[in-house]
Amino acid sequence: MTFFFEVLIGGLLSGVLYALVALGFVLIFKASGVFNFAQGAMVFFAALTFVGFTEVLPGWTGLAPGSGAVFWLAFALALSSMIVLGIATEKVVLRPLVNQPPITLFMATIGLTFFVEGVAQGIWGTSVRGLDLGIDDEPVMFLMDNFNMLVSKFDVIAAAIALVLFVTLAILFQYTKVGRALRAVADDHQAALSVGIPLKHIWAIVWGVAGFVALIAGLIWGARNGVQFALTFTALKALPVLILGGFTSVPGAIIGGLIIGASEKLAEVYLGPYVGGGIEGWFPYILAMLFLLVRPEGLFGEKHIDRV
Amino acid sequence: MNTATNISAASAAPYLSINNVEVIYDHVILVLKGVSLTVPKGGIVALLGANGAGKSTTLKSISNLLGAERGDVTKGSIEFKGQRVDQLTPNELVKRGVIQVMEGRHCFAHLTIEENLLTGAYTRSISRAELKDSLEKVYHYFPRLKERRSSQAGYTSGGEQQMCAIGRALMAKPEMILLDEPSMGLAPQIVEEIFEIVKDLNAKEQVSFLLAEQNTMVALRYSDFGYIMENGRIVMEGDAKYLANNEDVKEFYLGLSGEGRKSFRDVKHYRRRKRWLS
Repeated sequence: MTFFFEVLIGGLLSGVLYALVALGFVLIFKASGVFNFAQGAMVFFAALTFVGFTEVLPGWTGLAPGSGAVFWLAFALALSSMIVLGIATEKVVLRPLVNQPPITLFMATIGLTFFVEGVAQGIWGTSVRGLDLGIDDEPVMFLMDNFNMLVSKFDVIAAAIALVLFVTLAILFQYTKVGRALRAVADDHQAALSVGIPLKHIWAIVWGVAGFVALIAGLIWGARNGVQFALTFTALKALPVLILGGFTSVPGAIIGGLIIGASEKLAEVYLGPYVGGGIEGWFPYILAMLFLLVRPEGLFGEKHIDRV
Repeated sequence: MNTATNISAASAAPYLSINNVEVIYDHVILVLKGVSLTVPKGGIVALLGANGAGKSTTLKSISNLLGAERGDVTKGSIEFKGQRVDQLTPNELVKRGVIQVMEGRHCFAHLTIEENLLTGAYTRSISRAELKDSLEKVYHYFPRLKERRSSQAGYTSGGEQQMCAIGRALMAKPEMILLDEPSMGLAPQIVEEIFEIVKDLNAKEQVSFLLAEQNTMVALRYSDFGYIMENGRIVMEGDAKYLANNEDVKEFYLGLSGEGRKSFRDVKHYRRRKRWLS
C-alpha cells in the first residue's frame, strides 16, 4: 500500500506540472479562441533562453557564475523575452488574421512552432543543457522516516510553485478589473468591444501571461529533464490534459493534469509489466481518446448556457 | 407627408449626426446606401424598419463595431458633438460618451449580473466609492438586477438580460446610448417596462437615445422623432406622433390599411428621396 501511495503522489506531483503547461493553452484559447500549438515551443524557448542567459551573463557582467544575481537577472531577461515574444506573436501573426476561420489560426500557430524552435536553437545552439534551480532532487526526509515513502523533494517544491501560480492567477482573474475584462472577452468578444474593452490590450496581456506561465513551466521541466528539444514533446502532454479537463477551464486544466499524471504513473507500474512497459508515453492519449467518446467537452469544459 | 418632415430633428442643435454613410460588408455587399440622420441632445430617436433594412448596421457604423464583422464605412461622415468620430476605436468612442447596447443583449453569460455591470465601467478610471455609487444608481433604475446580482447572467431571463445590457452601458456614464432592438424576444409587458426605464433615463440622466426597433408602434410611443429605413436607405422621417398616425406606416407595420386586405402585389415600396443635406 505504501508503494501505491508513493506512485500516486509522484504521479500527482508531475500532474501539477502538466497542468502548468496546459494552463498556457487554456489562457490563450479562452481569451482569443486560438488553439496555440506553439505553446510547447514557447516552453522550450523560455527554458533555453534562461539557460542561455545564465551561461553568457557572467562573461558580460563579471558576476560569479551560478550566483543568485545571475539567476534573477537571467530570469528577468528570459521573462522579458517571453513577454515580448508573446505580444509580438499576437501583433504580427494573429492580429492580421483576425476574423479568419479557426483552422487558419491553428495553422499559423503550427508555423510559429517551427519558427520559434528554430530561432531558439539558432541563437543558443542545439546541445542538451542542464538547468540547476538549486533545489536538490532528494527524497523528502519526513515521509521517508515516517511512512517509508520515496517522494522527491524537487517534485514537491515544483508543485508548490505551480500551485502558488495557479492561486495567484485565479485571484487576479476573479477580483481585478483586468481579470474581469479578460473573462468578459472570453465570453463574448463583440460585447466586450461594445462596452469599450480594448481587445488588443487584453490579448496582449493574455499572451504576456501565457509567456510567463511558459517560462515557469520551462524552468521546472528543464531542471527535471534537461533543457533539450524533447521539451516540446513533453509540452504536448498538455493535449490529453486539455481533452480531459476541457479547453476552456482553468480548474479543468489542473484536475486534468492531476488525473493524467497519476494515471500514467499508476498504469506504468501496475499495467506496464503485462504489456512490456513503456506505457507511460502513450497511456494519457488513450485515456483522452476514451474520454472523448464519453464527454467530448471535457470534465469542466464550459457548458454552453443557452436559454430558449 | 413632405410637410411633416419640416418639423425636423435638425431644428434642435445637432448632437449626433451621420451624413450620407455607405457601408460595405466583405468588400462586396453594399448594405447602407447613403444614410443620413441626426439625433438632438436629450432626444429619443427611433430608427424603424423591417428585418435587414440596415438598422443594426447603421448603429454599428456609429459605434465602430463593424470592423469585427468585416464591414467598412466607405463613404460619408459621422460627427458627435461637432467632432468626427468615424475613425475612433469603440474604446475611444465609449470614453467620449457613445455606447451601444447590442441586439440580442450579449451579456457575458458566465459572469454574474454584478460583474457584467462592472465591466461596463472599464473605460472609467474611478475610485471604488464612485464605482459603488454608479452600481447603486443602476440598481435604482433596475431593482430586479439587484435581486439577481450574484446569478450568472446566462441563467437570468431575457428581460433581465436586456436590463443587464442597458445597465452595463449605463456604468460607462454615457451621454448617448445606441439601443439595438431592445424588445427582441420579450413579453409585451417587459417591453413596456424597459421602454419606461429608457424614458426615465432620458429625462433624469439626460441620456440621448438612438434606438433601432422593429416594434414600430411601441418605439414611436416612447420616442420624439423617427426614421424609417428600407433596403439600406432612409425612406421616411418625421415626428413620432406624425409617423404613428401615418397611413403608409400603419399599412406597412401594422397591416392596417383601412381598405381591407390587399394583394401582396400592390404593396408599396418607397423610392429613394433625394436629400440635400451638407
